[in-house]
Amino acid sequence: MVKQESESANRPDNTAFTQQRLPAWQPILSAGIVIPGFVLIGLAFIGIGVALLVTSRSIQVLELDYTGDSNGSPCSSCSQSDIANCKCSLNFTLTTLFQGPVFFYYGLSNYFQNYRRYGASKDDNQLYGDLSSFTSPSSSCSPYNYDSSKKPIVPCGSIANSMFNDTFTLTRTVSGTTNNVTLDGKGIAWWTDYNIKYRNPSVTPLKNAFNGTVKPINWAKPAYELDASDRSNNGFVNQDFLVWMRRAALPNFRKLYRRIDASGDYQKGLPAGNYTIDITYNYPVRAFNGAKKIVFSNVSWMGGSNEFLGIAYLVIGSLCVVMSVVMLIVYAKFKFPDEE
Amino acid sequence: MARHSEEDAGMAKAPPAARQRKKKPKENKTRTVHANILHDCAKGDENPNRHYANNKIKTTKYTVLSFLPKNLFEQFHRFANVYFVFIALLNFVPVVNAFQPELALAPVVFILSVTAIKDLWEDYRRHRSDKEINHMDCLVYSRAERRYVEKYWKEVRVGDFIRLRCNEILPADVLLLSSSDPDRLCHIETATLDGETNLKQRQVVRSFYDLDCEFDPLKYNSIIECEKPNNDLNRFRGYIIHRSGRRDALYKENLLLRGCTIRNTEEAVGIVIYAGHETKAMLNNNGPRYKRSKLERQMNVDVFWCVIILLVMCLFAAVGHGLWMFQYGDNRPVFDVLSPEGTNLSPIMSAIYLFLTMIIVFQVLIPISLFVSIEIVKICQVYFIHQDMDLYDEETDSHLQCRALNITEDLGQMQYIFSDKTGTLTENKMVFRRCTVAGVEYSHDANARRLAMYQEMDSEEEESMSHGGTLPRRDSVTSHQSARVVLRSQSTKSHRRTGSRAEAKRANITPDPKLLDKVNDCSSQMDFMRFHSQPMSQLPSDLSDIIDFFIALTICNTVVVSSPNQPRHKVTLTCSGQKHHLITNRSSNKGCSSLLSSPSAESTLTKLHEEQPSGGLEQAFSPIPPSYDGKTSWNLDEGELRYEAESPDEAALVYAARAYKCSLVGRLPDQVIVELPHLGKLSFELLHTLGFDSTRKRMSVVVRHPLTDQITVYTKGADSVIMDLIKPPDTGKRQKKIVCRTQHYLNLYAADGLRTLCIAKKILSKEEYACWLQRHLAAETAIQGREELLFESALQLETNLHLLGATGIEDRLQDGVPETIASLRKAGLQIWVLTGDKQETAVNIAYACKLLDPEEELLTLNAKFLCSPSGPTTKSFNTNFSPFDIYSSSSPSSQSTPFLVHRLGLVIDGRTLAYALDKSLEDKFLAVARSCRSVLCCRSTPLQKSMVVKLVRNKLKVMTLAIGDGANDVSMIQVADVGVGISGQEGMQAVMASDFALPRFRYLQKLLLVHGHWCYSRLANMILYFFYKNAMFVALIFWYQFYCGFSGSAMIDQWYLIFFNLMFSAFPQLITGTLDKDVSAETLQQLPQLYVNGQNSEEYKPYMFWMNMIDAFYQSLVCFFIPYFAYADSDVDLFTWGTPITTLALFTILLHLGTETKTWTWMNWMSIAFSIALFFTVALCYNASCPACYSPSNPYWTMQRLLQEPLFYLLCFITPIAALLPRFFYRACQGTLFPSPVQLGRQLDKLPADIRRNILSLSRVKVGSPLCPKLPFLSLAKASPKGYYKKDGRSQVVVLALCTFSSSCWIGKHRGPFLAVLLHSKFF
Repeated sequence: MVKQESESANRPDNTAFTQQRLPAWQPILSAGIVIPGFVLIGLAFIGIGVALLVTSRSIQVLELDYTGDSNGSPCSSCSQSDIANCKCSLNFTLTTLFQGPVFFYYGLSNYFQNYRRYGASKDDNQLYGDLSSFTSPSSSCSPYNYDSSKKPIVPCGSIANSMFNDTFTLTRTVSGTTNNVTLDGKGIAWWTDYNIKYRNPSVTPLKNAFNGTVKPINWAKPAYELDASDRSNNGFVNQDFLVWMRRAALPNFRKLYRRIDASGDYQKGLPAGNYTIDITYNYPVRAFNGAKKIVFSNVSWMGGSNEFLGIAYLVIGSLCVVMSVVMLIVYAKFKFPDEE
Repeated sequence: MARHSEEDAGMAKAPPAARQRKKKPKENKTRTVHANILHDCAKGDENPNRHYANNKIKTTKYTVLSFLPKNLFEQFHRFANVYFVFIALLNFVPVVNAFQPELALAPVVFILSVTAIKDLWEDYRRHRSDKEINHMDCLVYSRAERRYVEKYWKEVRVGDFIRLRCNEILPADVLLLSSSDPDRLCHIETATLDGETNLKQRQVVRSFYDLDCEFDPLKYNSIIECEKPNNDLNRFRGYIIHRSGRRDALYKENLLLRGCTIRNTEEAVGIVIYAGHETKAMLNNNGPRYKRSKLERQMNVDVFWCVIILLVMCLFAAVGHGLWMFQYGDNRPVFDVLSPEGTNLSPIMSAIYLFLTMIIVFQVLIPISLFVSIEIVKICQVYFIHQDMDLYDEETDSHLQCRALNITEDLGQMQYIFSDKTGTLTENKMVFRRCTVAGVEYSHDANARRLAMYQEMDSEEEESMSHGGTLPRRDSVTSHQSARVVLRSQSTKSHRRTGSRAEAKRANITPDPKLLDKVNDCSSQMDFMRFHSQPMSQLPSDLSDIIDFFIALTICNTVVVSSPNQPRHKVTLTCSGQKHHLITNRSSNKGCSSLLSSPSAESTLTKLHEEQPSGGLEQAFSPIPPSYDGKTSWNLDEGELRYEAESPDEAALVYAARAYKCSLVGRLPDQVIVELPHLGKLSFELLHTLGFDSTRKRMSVVVRHPLTDQITVYTKGADSVIMDLIKPPDTGKRQKKIVCRTQHYLNLYAADGLRTLCIAKKILSKEEYACWLQRHLAAETAIQGREELLFESALQLETNLHLLGATGIEDRLQDGVPETIASLRKAGLQIWVLTGDKQETAVNIAYACKLLDPEEELLTLNAKFLCSPSGPTTKSFNTNFSPFDIYSSSSPSSQSTPFLVHRLGLVIDGRTLAYALDKSLEDKFLAVARSCRSVLCCRSTPLQKSMVVKLVRNKLKVMTLAIGDGANDVSMIQVADVGVGISGQEGMQAVMASDFALPRFRYLQKLLLVHGHWCYSRLANMILYFFYKNAMFVALIFWYQFYCGFSGSAMIDQWYLIFFNLMFSAFPQLITGTLDKDVSAETLQQLPQLYVNGQNSEEYKPYMFWMNMIDAFYQSLVCFFIPYFAYADSDVDLFTWGTPITTLALFTILLHLGTETKTWTWMNWMSIAFSIALFFTVALCYNASCPACYSPSNPYWTMQRLLQEPLFYLLCFITPIAALLPRFFYRACQGTLFPSPVQLGRQLDKLPADIRRNILSLSRVKVGSPLCPKLPFLSLAKASPKGYYKKDGRSQVVVLALCTFSSSCWIGKHRGPFLAVLLHSKFF
């Protein structure tokens, strides 16, 4: 044996791998496999689609536009003037209970938060509470890193600068009396954003950290005074700020503003009745043909209202079934050799 | 080393005089070599040899310092690399940057460094082997110590004296000055250079011939003038100038080449002429060959299209962005970002900047990893081809070698095969079968029967041989190893082994009893006559012809005798008395054994005159006394002698002669010792050897016959030339009859497929000889145009020959050749055989190997006369070819004609080919050739072979494969798209020039039909997939531009974007590209028709690129818009929306690969699982690693959050299926409704073995019968000729009567190319 091996030193290894004989599964797209496969997938998809559609249908959504670009609308006066904190209010009536938990969104359309240069215009280190970035913000914020007097802007950048600053209060009128619906502003941003990604500098009081800096040009209040009611909701870890900083993917988007606090009358959601939203109208959108809206919505296990996915499943599912029928006809007409 | 620096220093401060001297030889085109010892002790700068390269070799490309710049420079020759670097650098420009600049560099750096590491590794290996070689030892004479001292090879310099011992490898090209051999010979083995296994004799320079004492370097004071270093192994010219002013010419017989091994010689001393890189071996060592395959050329076109698509997309986006900006006018929206200077960019400027940004964002469209991936896949394919057991030849222990690594897929696209005959289709193991002497035929029936028996037993015997056969091996294992190192070529021991087996067979020839009787009769008569001092001329002429015939067979060759016990050792003489004789003999004269030269110059002439009076009978055989006493000094049993010949024909003839007791027992440079029955050993004084060349097609030896003392010329050569040189038949009726009969038998032999050789002799009178010798010597001493002069001289000698007889040698067909040819032809391959053999032989071999079919019409083109290819020739050619114009246009009408269609075979000979290849006729020739099923070119020169290949390749725009085994096929192999060498009997030249080297012709079938098919379809599919994958991925971003104001924003994180190609989707396609088998090897071989798939490029047609692009765009639309609508009007943020899209795209892409994968092994599953796992692992780690990094995307915790959402899974479920639905449906329908042949083959694979066998056997019987609508591919009679020649009669011979022109003139006119060819050619 030894001799034989030395005689044929060049002999290749006779293994399944080197001889390309690895055991293999060879699927062939023949009707015999494809038709049942298509039917199965189709049926499964139709099932999922129906379930999704039913779920989606159960979600209630209420959208109220308050841009005020048409003259009759409540906020048209505000939209045409540049007055800060212009007030207007919106009335709506619920005939049935709006099932809780109810989410209160504001929505913008034609607003390009995904614009490339806009998206880059922030300083992550600054937002992480790095004090050195307070005094010298990153050039990525440019031209919103220094104001005209060369003072650093904190938080710098276009995203922060363009933060949405309309505010809303919701009131319910029950038999003549108006009472405020409590809105819960906690936990509307991502937990990781609030606790990890964004940090205030560890300086107390927070205000001192902002010494020598200026607030963004469009802002009315500096960052450390964003929420007067809750001291832990100031600086960079302000929920509204965090929600804004998470850039929307598409030009028409909504962002979570508040949740209806599920307490008292509102435990089950918004009961039927007349409601008023008081709006502090600050944010200009008409310059770029934008629109603003308020959205109330509840959610299901699969998120907000969206019938598309259910329909998509139904369509694809039925397509699969149709294809399998086509294949069946084909199969009936042309038998192929391996079936003999 | 110290010496080096000294030398370098010397170089630096070389005085002007020396510089001039250096210049001068350059102008002279010669090199002057002085001995180093004269200058050794003197100052280094005085050494006249210092300008020549030293013996240190460096084959590395880089040094430590130059590696980076040089390697980068080389890599940037590839356009794609420049492009990617450009894009990466573009990222550093703030206005246009899309990614983090450092990150954008990553892929390009990765690709560059992978290539660099590969290059570095290769270079390191070269460096190591260089070092090993440089540090080998040899003995160099040191003046200081007055003896030979051990030195490293790298320290050897031009002008050094080195001493070589037996089995040592030559460190440099050395001029042989002394040898311990009594004949002043030195035997070398050149297997590492040209693969020829026989020993070559080299000779001490004549001026040092007579030294009886040991050569003393100190006394050497001559100057050598020789050629500049060149790579011609078979040429060395120069002269040595002694102090006395005497000049002696130097020949290639004096030069020992680097890399050869000294054999049979205890010790030799020489002076180094060329060293290091200037040695012939190194100059011949050109690196690996780079070819670009057809598929790659096609791919490059599509890469170009990708660039166009990219630019269009960028332009579109730029215009879109400009418009988007424009619509806002001066009213900047709140989300607009001003330029860093705080000013607004004009829409036009933004559009321009955006264009550049988009190029960066869309860069993925040009697949950066495509080129690397293709290289990796090809290396794997080469590995698998190497490893194939079916391509391994047990007998020679050799397997297929891929020498060109980058054209594997071309193997699947061949359309024309050009094959050599001898050694390629046949075994090139010559067996003597028949002969005719003096017009009488001796059929050797017994021998034929014995051979037939052998063939039957062959298979069993081969088995046992390969297992148990222990064959003598050379004792010097070490030298063998290092020899391998020197040239880095495969060992050639394999040939030796087969060679010995074949020889064993050849050695046993059963003699024809009639002829044996006559030989005995004749020699006893001669013995009697010698004893009684009668002149030999009284012998009956038929008997003398017989003995002359065998003498010619025995001595008219260059065979070296060796004993089987020591296969590398020449038989040596032991008797001192004889040695004395030999020495005297030698000192008086001559002797070199090959190519048209006998350096014995003046002395031959003088000797001629001296010996003339004393040329008595007794003296003639006095050198070796007849061995009546039985005490032979040849102490070896003659039956055990082995012959090593340059061509197998020669050996076959010598063995045949031995069967008739005429055996060659010894060969010295100046004499041949032959043992004849009754006469004992005779020594023939060898005056000249006019070696074989492909133009003359014959060789001659000039000897002094020991019995008659006549100067006799024995010539052996192709019948066509010898017959023309026979003395005009009017001289004798008998001779006329002999010529006539011999011609008759020759035709018979050729009809049997035997190789024929004619043997002739000529007796020269002393005067004639002296006259010829004078001119010959003049020719030999000429330095300019020596070859031409020698050629003329040989022509003058070889005239008016007396025909002795002819031999028929059988060259057995290799196993499986007819089957291979049949199946290759079924595969739609056109097979042309280009051979140097004569027409009849070639036609018969062609019939034997089923290349020609008996039912075929044979169209023979023979030019009877030669003339310049103009005027009437062209006209007559035109007129003769005009009927074919009809078919060449391949009109459909010709097929509908009711005539019986005949298949055509074309046979054309070399002379006619010369016309056919003329510019004005080549189109017509091709038209005729195309309409023929097979083409056979006989008598073609190597140059013609390559011209034919080139013609077909360029004119028909087809893929050509040339296969051959000998040096005469080299040019053809190099011209063809794929060159295949048979590593057979004829040395390694063909293999060295080839892209693939096969041990056997029949392996071509599997190589092409299976590996070629696989490689092609794998690579084609992989390339298409690559384009698809990148287009699909990039299109996702493109669609997004409509929703982000064409701002170049990407929802796919830059990390995913950049690493998608390199990491996440890289492995599965590599696995599929390497392992996928569309049809099993068995089916591919049983159904050669499937090969048409590759020939027609059906896996990768131009439209397929666009189909893939459209599919890619469709799929990306699905992958984009399903998430788009699913998340519409939600509070989703950019990357929480973009990450699912990335994931979906990955799934879709992998599933797409899945639908394209035909065989799923565990590696496919693993690779896909690995890809997905890798993506999620990377994503999870990346999204958890750093909260404040990776600006601008900053995707902290995105993936983690997504994985908690049901919506994500719902998307992952539906999107890939929706995206792949059309393709899947199409594939399913195609498989059912209109399956391609390959798909049917695959379905066939799935059937149980017995059913499959039934179907296949049916298909073989009824090709194209209406039986198979189910198997429509079986009717793919693609190979059928376009038009048919419809005329009755068995064989239509078109004889071209062309105007007369003497053949010699024609040769004279075309000598230039012929001489070039001559140097490459061997026995046809």
